Amino acid sequence: MLEIENLHVKLEDEDKVILHGVDLAVGAGEVHAIMGPNGSGKSTLGYVLAGREGYAVTAGSARLDGADLLAMAPEMRATAGLFLAFQYPVEIPGVGNMTFLRTAVNAQRKARGEAELSAAEFLKAVREKAKALKIDAEMLKRPVNVGFSGGEKKRNEILQMAMLEPRMCILDETDSGLDVDAMKLVAEGVNALRDAGRSFLVITHYQRLLDHIRPDVVHIMAAGQIVRSGGPELALEVEANGYAGILAEVR
Amino acid sequence: MALARPKEDALAARLGRLAPQATTGWLAGAQRAAEARLLAMGLPTRRDEYWRYTDPASLVAPDAPAAALLDAGDEAPVFGAIERLRIVFVDGVFDAAASDDLTLSGVEIDRLAEVGGRTAHWAAESYGRLEAQGQLPVARPFAALASARAGDGLLIRVTGQAARPVALHYLRRSETAEATLHHCIRLEPGARLTLLESGPAAARLTQAMEVEVGPGAAFHHVRVQGRDHARRAATHIFATLGAGAIFKSFTLTANGRLTRNEAVVTLAGPGASAHLAGAAVGDGDFHHDDTVFVTHAAPGCESRQVYKKVLMNGATGVFQGKILVRPGAQKTDGYQISQSLLLDEASQFLAKPELEIYADDVKCSHGSTSGAIDATALFYLQSRGVPRAAAQALLVLAFLAETIEEISDAALAEDIRSRLEGWLSRHAAAGAA
Repeated sequence: MLEIENLHVKLEDEDKVILHGVDLAVGAGEVHAIMGPNGSGKSTLGYVLAGREGYAVTAGSARLDGADLLAMAPEMRATAGLFLAFQYPVEIPGVGNMTFLRTAVNAQRKARGEAELSAAEFLKAVREKAKALKIDAEMLKRPVNVGFSGGEKKRNEILQMAMLEPRMCILDETDSGLDVDAMKLVAEGVNALRDAGRSFLVITHYQRLLDHIRPDVVHIMAAGQIVRSGGPELALEVEANGYAGILAEVR
Repeated sequence: MALARPKEDALAARLGRLAPQATTGWLAGAQRAAEARLLAMGLPTRRDEYWRYTDPASLVAPDAPAAALLDAGDEAPVFGAIERLRIVFVDGVFDAAASDDLTLSGVEIDRLAEVGGRTAHWAAESYGRLEAQGQLPVARPFAALASARAGDGLLIRVTGQAARPVALHYLRRSETAEATLHHCIRLEPGARLTLLESGPAAARLTQAMEVEVGPGAAFHHVRVQGRDHARRAATHIFATLGAGAIFKSFTLTANGRLTRNEAVVTLAGPGASAHLAGAAVGDGDFHHDDTVFVTHAAPGCESRQVYKKVLMNGATGVFQGKILVRPGAQKTDGYQISQSLLLDEASQFLAKPELEIYADDVKCSHGSTSGAIDATALFYLQSRGVPRAAAQALLVLAFLAETIEEISDAALAEDIRSRLEGWLSRHAAAGAA
């Protein structure tokens, strides 16, 4: 599904290289986790795949089902099936959450040549999915993420994911700022979306999220490269010994 | 004080092209007095304090600079879906054939050109009164000019609840026509009127509107200025509010080479409320100026000024807004916000907010900001599949939303919103950089 080869990325306006050749392949239906210390380039990888400005790809490639992601505008990547759940969901004053969701859903449908959802169809779908995430009508009416708690913002990200039904989901530190109950709710939302045709890349600092979203593969990222890959036991090793041991071993 | 020679010559040349003053009836005296005011102050130059940001040269020039007529394309007519009494002016002249019959329950409507020659009319004591008061402390020469030489206008007296909104549609047929209009509106105690205005009126419009809102009366005003790119306008609203009166005015300006909208509002009775709002969107050769003066002259009144401008490709926005709280106007609640969204570095916003307070128990706040579109929000929307231009339009509408919220009527607010959406989609490519 997602194939990243030798990806090198620097900041556009500075001579600072962040990714030094990332290789990663996520197959259909798989859940991969990327763990790593602060500043290792995990979030940058998510942003670069989603098409955020400010980064320059100096070498390598990223493909979604064979299509060159890096050549597409961010909205085209979304339409192609990529979704990034933000670490810091953005507040948009003046734009209602419902309007935002409906605009996004219908923009993608339109770009794929599908009929737009009617107001009634959309409302039915959003109510159903919001309910599962314990998002109430009031939260849907408010401006996007404005005045939302940390947990509400993250649940709102998962609601967007559920409505847009992407095939490749990147979760950027979705557990940060969440208490245990909120994390469980978010994890349940993610698990409900797992199926054979949908893949996940879960970026996290801590093993605890992976207790709830069980990964097939765990990667350790450090200094802009993936330095080790393994099964779920790798996350447990990090939890027990920290990153220092693994990094020392790699060096 | 006599005017300096160049100013005197400029004024004489400008007046020389306009319709002569009324010579008979109550209007003759009112126009003579207005012209005397005008002659004493002269027309402005860039050296005048309140014309530093807006060059008045094209408003002063004897002839209206030509302005190409707009092809509105498939855009729905402004207020087309609103049940209203429709009154049409073409190139600044009332068009009876195109207008509805001027009878409306709760409202008396007279045409200035028809009743000005009578010996008596209710407007005789009103015409030019608020305009004259509004000349201090800041001179507004184009308002005096409109009073002195109005070619047409309406006198509207509201005695009850107006059965429908009264809509003034200012059409244009000529590329060079000049329109000089003066309207007088009086709402008797407890009366209610919604006044709508739309259209460019002329290549150059000079307009004054005086509104007396009696105790407990409510006046709602929604205006959409013409989209013609090269048109020019100097408009003025003078309003005075009695006890508990409500005055709400919203203006949408999309395009226009030069627009100067002045509003002078006095809260004269206790507990009155005045809301003024403006949304302006301009692309390229666009200059838009809101000059607002709100006076709290009675205790317990509330006022809001909400002005927002979206500027691209070298467009210019100006805001000069003042709140004056007179001695004794305790418990005043005054609010003023002026903001611009600059879609590129070539566009500019010039703001001069002022507060002058002579009472000690008041709440007044004002703010003015200029900013670019939020790049993070733009990316967030794009990452959800919303195309960049549509995402930008959504953010621009969100920025302007606070002004549209000042329109009480939902259907009117929706009309404005869809018009803005249309404008933004037409200008998306230009602003996408």
